[in-house]
Amino acid sequence: MDTVFGVKYDGGVIIAADQGNARSILMYQKNLDKVVPLSSHSALGISGPNSDLVNFSEYVQKNIALYELSNDGMKLSTHAQANFMRGELAAALRRGPYQVNVLLGGYDAGAESSSLYFLDYMASLQKVNYGCQGYASSFCLSIMDRDWKEGLTEDEAIAIVEHCMKELQTRFLIAQPNFIIKVIDKDGVKVAKFGADPADT
Amino acid sequence: MPPSFPALAPFDRLQDPRTIRKIVSVDNRSVLAFAGLTADARVLINKTRVEAQSYRLTCEDAPSVEYLARYIARTQQKYTQRGGVRPFGIATLIAGFSDPSAEGGVAGPVLYQTDPAGTHSSWRAQVIGGKNAKNQREFLEKNYEDDMDEEASVKLAVQCLLEVVDSGAKNMEIMIVRADGKAFMEESAIDVVVKKVEEEIEANKDAKKKSTDE
Repeated sequence: MDTVFGVKYDGGVIIAADQGNARSILMYQKNLDKVVPLSSHSALGISGPNSDLVNFSEYVQKNIALYELSNDGMKLSTHAQANFMRGELAAALRRGPYQVNVLLGGYDAGAESSSLYFLDYMASLQKVNYGCQGYASSFCLSIMDRDWKEGLTEDEAIAIVEHCMKELQTRFLIAQPNFIIKVIDKDGVKVAKFGADPADT
Repeated sequence: MPPSFPALAPFDRLQDPRTIRKIVSVDNRSVLAFAGLTADARVLINKTRVEAQSYRLTCEDAPSVEYLARYIARTQQKYTQRGGVRPFGIATLIAGFSDPSAEGGVAGPVLYQTDPAGTHSSWRAQVIGGKNAKNQREFLEKNYEDDMDEEASVKLAVQCLLEVVDSGAKNMEIMIVRADGKAFMEESAIDVVVKKVEEEIEANKDAKKKSTDE
């Protein structure tokens, strides 16, 4: 039921997600922040049951922090973070899987480039230019196929995300009024916009 | 409240100094300095780092300096009462700032020491390692004052270090821990303090000489 988008552009990545937290017929909250910062220059858009969402993202966050502390401040590349997460998902898969589908976006200062990774609950990992998780993919992948091109600016990338949001809000059965959009670039992770303030989660 | 300041022994010119740090971060808010067997320190520091992240994961909050000191002390003690292992050959100094809510609204600097026996205690100034530790502790006792500011603390640290280290900022590592963060002192800044201290020592020597001549 969750929607997560990712769009890579020249010098950064946009990660966006809806802000709903619901189960069965109940809507628990409408201001959940599902784009979790993993390190200073990477963020994880994550969907799934709230338990796994929180458990998995915090676990990965703390392990990345441990790595940086233990290695004299050296930052894990986005590629390494993605593969670490994939390893954890794969290990848990045949024991007690994390039912999370994620999009990892990060900026690597050394390579001066951004990257986006699609990772689903079965531990399928793929580096992509743009991606969606959830029902959104049925509506929005075609829009992204059309609109995305090499060398986008940040504003153009956000425009693609907003185009996708508009489509969902028009045609998707489930109402998702609030979305949070985050930008990851050389200056780190920052919130571009949100539908509802996630501050008091 | 002195910053962490273990003396760095003069090292080979061929060695990469970044790989023999004696002051390390164990958490965003806490710093550890050690004296003794470097390899043992590495093991203990890694355990502490994992413990700090584990605390953050379960408690959604940073561990206090005291918690980490207790953990290190507990670990060091375990290795004195088990078969097939030997105690960690290190003493540590852990520094950081206390939680403002715990101290009645004001975060204060804290310094803890642990030893191979597994005891931990809080200090206002402390020195570990080297053959002169006892003398230096007396020196600290004589010269430490409760309300020293950062400059005075650094000066005191440098005075202590100069006893055991060949003169030169190259041979010292000084980390300053403040309420809002921590940073290593630049070598050039240490140089300035070293020169001042050395000038004072010279001046004292001259003054003494004059008085004995008279």
